[in-house]
Amino acid sequence: MKESDEKLKGTKKKITISNKVWLLISFLAAILVWFLLSLGESTGRSFPFIQHTFFEAIPLMAVERNALWGDFASSMICVAAGFALGFITAVPVAFLMAWYVPVRKIIEPWINFIRNIPALAYAPLIVIMVGVGKKPAIILIWICTFMTMCITIYGGIRNIDNTLVKAARVLGANDMDIFFRITLPATVPFIITAVRLGLGAGLTTLLAAESTGAQAGLGMRIRSLSGSFESAPMLLYIIILGIIGLVLNKIVDIVERRLTSWQEKREDQ
Amino acid sequence: MAGEERRSVKLRIDNVKKEYVGEHGTTIALNGVTLDIMENEFICVVGPSGCGKSTLLNVLAGLHEATSGTCYLDGEPIHGTDVKRGVVFQQYALFPWQTVIQNVMFGPMMKRLPKEECLAIARKYIKMVGLEDFENSFPKELSGGMKQRVAIARAYANNPEVLLMDEPFGALDAQTRAQLQSELLKTWEEEKKTCFFITHDVDEAILLAQRVVIMSARPGRIKRIVPIDIPYPRDQGTKSEPEFMRLKAEIWNEVYQEYLEVRK
Repeated sequence: MKESDEKLKGTKKKITISNKVWLLISFLAAILVWFLLSLGESTGRSFPFIQHTFFEAIPLMAVERNALWGDFASSMICVAAGFALGFITAVPVAFLMAWYVPVRKIIEPWINFIRNIPALAYAPLIVIMVGVGKKPAIILIWICTFMTMCITIYGGIRNIDNTLVKAARVLGANDMDIFFRITLPATVPFIITAVRLGLGAGLTTLLAAESTGAQAGLGMRIRSLSGSFESAPMLLYIIILGIIGLVLNKIVDIVERRLTSWQEKREDQ
Repeated sequence: MAGEERRSVKLRIDNVKKEYVGEHGTTIALNGVTLDIMENEFICVVGPSGCGKSTLLNVLAGLHEATSGTCYLDGEPIHGTDVKRGVVFQQYALFPWQTVIQNVMFGPMMKRLPKEECLAIARKYIKMVGLEDFENSFPKELSGGMKQRVAIARAYANNPEVLLMDEPFGALDAQTRAQLQSELLKTWEEEKKTCFFITHDVDEAILLAQRVVIMSARPGRIKRIVPIDIPYPRDQGTKSEPEFMRLKAEIWNEVYQEYLEVRK
């Protein structure tokens, strides 16, 4: 029995598939599903295959209507600006919440209240307030990324092992040392998680953010294309959004590996 | 004269009481604890869980303030933490984002010594605990025993006058524990640094200490102090000597009675 087990393992090992190959298989399978969808009568209307989505829609959007690059740039500026504002406000607020009880008691219920409301619902309020253009989009992304990151970082700070602070104190660290040498490095993993979630929140808010009064943007274009039932360029834009998400995630992965390699982690395969 | 000097009081615990105010009223963790710890003495405190031994260590370390009563180091009242009192925790408390050498040089860095000097000090104590080859490893790459060696080196690197150890070997397996006990004994026999060591392991207490303090629970107070007159150097073989056996039976019995009290 044991022998045969080992034999089985032995043969299994020979056909071990590397992660890269798996990724390729997954990609090809997706293309296949897409192709099958494109064959159907009704599904084909929503999922035109590669030749339409890329070879027709890209020239159409990029050259003929001269919109693709502008939409991409506009959305990226909104996400980058909104995310940056969210980040630089979330970090200090999270620390204040962790350190001062009144701040936590007042702000935490707000965040929990607003967080569950779809951004699309209050987007018009922002437009009424600041007018059309990039401004409302940036503000909306700011709000959403701020809430996600603030809660995550705050939870992280509260999770810091108090023994480390004690150990630093008995070794002669003052309050400043404790902050810069213990609290901050101990918080880095949570800040990175917050960035990952924040970027996701930023992208998913994009559609709501550009829903009212935007002149360009990936989200705005998807909406306007839906009005004219142009599914091929819509699909192209949706795929672009997905790719942006993947790329951003990959960048966060690389940063994470560089900054938090010291962390004890379960070795998943 | 020299003999008198050796017997001078290093740490004095004077009528210390510690109360915690919790949701279910006030808990008295320590009450009327008085103890003099001599210069160069190795003292072990044993008692059941919840008898306040860790609280006592925290008060000595300056991490907690006593509700009443005072502790003194060389006659100076203790308020807040100080590098003169080094602490080794049961959970190692190494900084996971720092390498072994960065951990060990943390204390000297806090004294704002030049970096070269900090490195030199750290290397000396890393060598003392035999981890020269792991200078640049991160804590996650070390075993429990190695982590605690780093923590001990880190405490020594600050050159404290007193070492406070809170069940430092409590989380280790029996073999590693025995090895670290022997290493600590050897270091103490060489340096004779005053050591206040908490454990719930009676064997460990007798093996290491010159005096074993038995604490009673709820509220924590000193029940008895047992002098251990087994001559140094001691090693793991000491554990099979008749005197050791006799003391073990005696102390274990008292601690067990306290344990039963707590269970009531």
